[in-house]
Amino acid sequence: MTTLLEVRDLSKSFGGVKAVSNVSFELGASEMVAIIGPNGAGKSTCFNMLGGQLVPDTGGISLNGRSIGGLPPRAIWRLGVGRTFQVASTFGSMTVCENVQMALASLRSETARPWSRMQDLYRDEALQLLERVQMLEHADRSCATLAYGDVKRVEIAIALTNAPSLLLMDEPTAGMAPKERFGLMELVTSVVAERSVAVLFTEHDMDVVFGYAHRIIVLDRGQIVAAGSPAEVRASPKVRQIYLGDEDPGSMERVTA
Amino acid sequence: MWEITTQVLTGLASASNLFLVACGLTLIFGVTRVVNFAHGSIYMLGAYAMVTFVSPMREYLGPTLGFWAAVAASVIFAAVVAALIEVVLLRRLYRSNHLFQLLATFGVVLIVQDLVILVWGADDILGPRAPGLTGFVSLGEHRFPAYSIFMIAVGPVVFLALWLILHRTRWGTLIRAASQDKEMVGLLGARDKLLMTSVLALGGALAGLAGALQIPMQPANAFMDVSIITEAFVITVIGGMGSMTGAFLAAILVGLIQALGIQLFPKSTLVLVFLVMAIVLVIRPWGLLGRPEVEAGGAMGEPPERILSPNTTRFALAALAIFLLLAPQFMSEYHVGLLIEVLLMSLFAFSLNFILGNGGLVSFGHAAYFGLGAYGAALAVYHWRWPMEAALVLGPLVAAAGALVFGWFVLRLAGVYAAMLTLAIAQILWSLAFQWNEFSGGDNGVNGIWPSAWAQSRVVFYYVVLLLSVAAIGALWRATKAPLGYTLRAGRDSPRRCEAIGINLLTHRWAGFVLAGAAAGLSGALFAFSKGTVDTHVLSVHMTVDSLVMVLIGGVNAITGPLMGGTIYPLLKAYIMPLTDAWRMFLGAVILLTVLLFPQGLAGFLSKFSRRFNSSTEPTSVSLRVASERGQ
Repeated sequence: MTTLLEVRDLSKSFGGVKAVSNVSFELGASEMVAIIGPNGAGKSTCFNMLGGQLVPDTGGISLNGRSIGGLPPRAIWRLGVGRTFQVASTFGSMTVCENVQMALASLRSETARPWSRMQDLYRDEALQLLERVQMLEHADRSCATLAYGDVKRVEIAIALTNAPSLLLMDEPTAGMAPKERFGLMELVTSVVAERSVAVLFTEHDMDVVFGYAHRIIVLDRGQIVAAGSPAEVRASPKVRQIYLGDEDPGSMERVTA
Repeated sequence: MWEITTQVLTGLASASNLFLVACGLTLIFGVTRVVNFAHGSIYMLGAYAMVTFVSPMREYLGPTLGFWAAVAASVIFAAVVAALIEVVLLRRLYRSNHLFQLLATFGVVLIVQDLVILVWGADDILGPRAPGLTGFVSLGEHRFPAYSIFMIAVGPVVFLALWLILHRTRWGTLIRAASQDKEMVGLLGARDKLLMTSVLALGGALAGLAGALQIPMQPANAFMDVSIITEAFVITVIGGMGSMTGAFLAAILVGLIQALGIQLFPKSTLVLVFLVMAIVLVIRPWGLLGRPEVEAGGAMGEPPERILSPNTTRFALAALAIFLLLAPQFMSEYHVGLLIEVLLMSLFAFSLNFILGNGGLVSFGHAAYFGLGAYGAALAVYHWRWPMEAALVLGPLVAAAGALVFGWFVLRLAGVYAAMLTLAIAQILWSLAFQWNEFSGGDNGVNGIWPSAWAQSRVVFYYVVLLLSVAAIGALWRATKAPLGYTLRAGRDSPRRCEAIGINLLTHRWAGFVLAGAAAGLSGALFAFSKGTVDTHVLSVHMTVDSLVMVLIGGVNAITGPLMGGTIYPLLKAYIMPLTDAWRMFLGAVILLTVLLFPQGLAGFLSKFSRRFNSSTEPTSVSLRVASERGQ
């Protein structure tokens, strides 16, 4: 498998607290990898460095051999990295379709045009993407009135506009009902499979993690403590200890069953 | 040597006074997150209370004790008024955005201005000098007033006292805690409301003290509120909003710059102060000792209000166009003049809302661009005898150039810092126009700015205004619906999402800022020719407030809002202002009522009304969908 994303010795401190220290991993094309860990393990910090929201103290991030560490988010997006947020963020005053049209206009660097009508720009292309995420019927509804799960779908459609090679998803199913979660993850897996997009995601729901990730990276206190296939991670005593303490080795099976 | 010393001491004396006002402002902001324009009014009331109390008290208590008793009484009076303002008004505004808060507290400024003139008259009132401090101290061959030495001491003494209150008392600890996290203090069981009121009273007392102590040096007058509040804003911004130590350092900095800078820039030391503020903000966008403002997250933005369906809108626009084209046929010259005013104010308000309502950029100094357009056109005619046609091109270009330069600074800042900087920029331009007599005509402005011969008649000039303002509004309207306008709105809704889809928000905002500046400049340039004269009013904070009031009463979240406001407001002004001596009080009341009762303006009110009307005749798609999900 070719390496898409390479992370080397990534570190970030906040006022003396090492949020992430010496994290290294690789991600192959079309691979789906989860980063898990307890609260405060450094998942979000790690994610925000990959997405450009934070600048790493040390270490390197490269995408297809090109260094992207420290670039602003907009530059990273232009290199083919899509992003969804833990608290979904879309443009609430616009319709679902206009949200996707915005991203398409940005892709072609046409966002500064003062004259042409936005509503007519790339509408068909936007509708195709919305059809793919099963949001076509809501295309002309305002984003502010959508159910939360639907906002997440809109985010995915937006993330697909620049035909990304990598999708960063921060807690893709947070805030959703259990039934909806699997619907969304099924959608994500089928979309990325047909477009050969690699996915790196963080997630709290262990059913989602063990059900969909090809590989799992476990962070604790800013460091990688385990990495491997779901089966390997499930069997790791270190992971059990972090998640469960020593007393109750049975509950990991309950969580991941 | 002695000369420099004297100037430094003069600077420190004025720094003390500035600190007294600014530290109250910064304390109030720290705890309530409200930028309190009315703080300057409290200062003015302190001064007026002093001149009122001092005569009877000197009679009863003797000159020395009476003087200081009057100071104490003024401080108490100011504290009570400030606490009342909190209870009646500010309390209802804590959840509003900064702009509404600024505007509402400015409403209080307007009301107090008229009240002061009503109670004390429009003339300056002199007070007595401080007993025992009337003499001079010799510094070489220079003489320095003893009272100024006393003033120099007041600042550090008050600073120390406040520091002790904040760090050694339970109340002070609560104030500091509330500055960090208001909700947390509420959860801990502290009585939130009482804390707010007491902080307003403390800030009011400090402003009252500053006003009262100013009386031995300058008379009480009805303009001291806006001039002091501008300086206090500058100081709190340089020092960092909410930081008392920052305010102290910044007050000394500003006091010294003003005292020493008078040699470098005799025309306007405010320009120098502004330059320092700009440099500080470029290096530290949150002031010397301030903390980054945490913008409230999660706000997603509302869809724009729609009052009429697209077809009805087209019909209404066509009817409006016919009316505007034919109006001079059946209207008197006076009414045609009024219509010119309506068109120009509509363009002015529309240009503001392009960045404000649509782009979410807080601007409290849109008069700067109106004024640059007006002066740009007028001075070209006055000094260089340019024809109207050329001047109408130059005006908007000057305004756009101003927006280009100032936008570079303003757009790098967030929230309240940006609002303060826009205000400061407009005030600096105002003071330049006011003081640069030879070039701008000073307070009198410049006269004889008449249209070219072919457009001298009111009717022809009306058509010139109609053509240009409709074209400019149309272009901005189109831009609102184009990618540029959408991108500005996207930046308002979610800057984070913008970045994540590759948009460089800063450059787009800059373009929008310049476009809005040019449009405001066009309305200013046309305004100059419609009046035949330009004076400093076009750059004043009152012009800015006019623009904000128009947008506010029309409604920020509708494209037609500013046009409604731009129509209603000049008409109100034309018909109500002549009837009353208390126009400012009326305007202040309109602002307060709108902010408190109709924050979405007329457009929001109408669209709610039309939604209700429509939903009673046909079910909306949402309710249909809900019904089908229930299996009906």
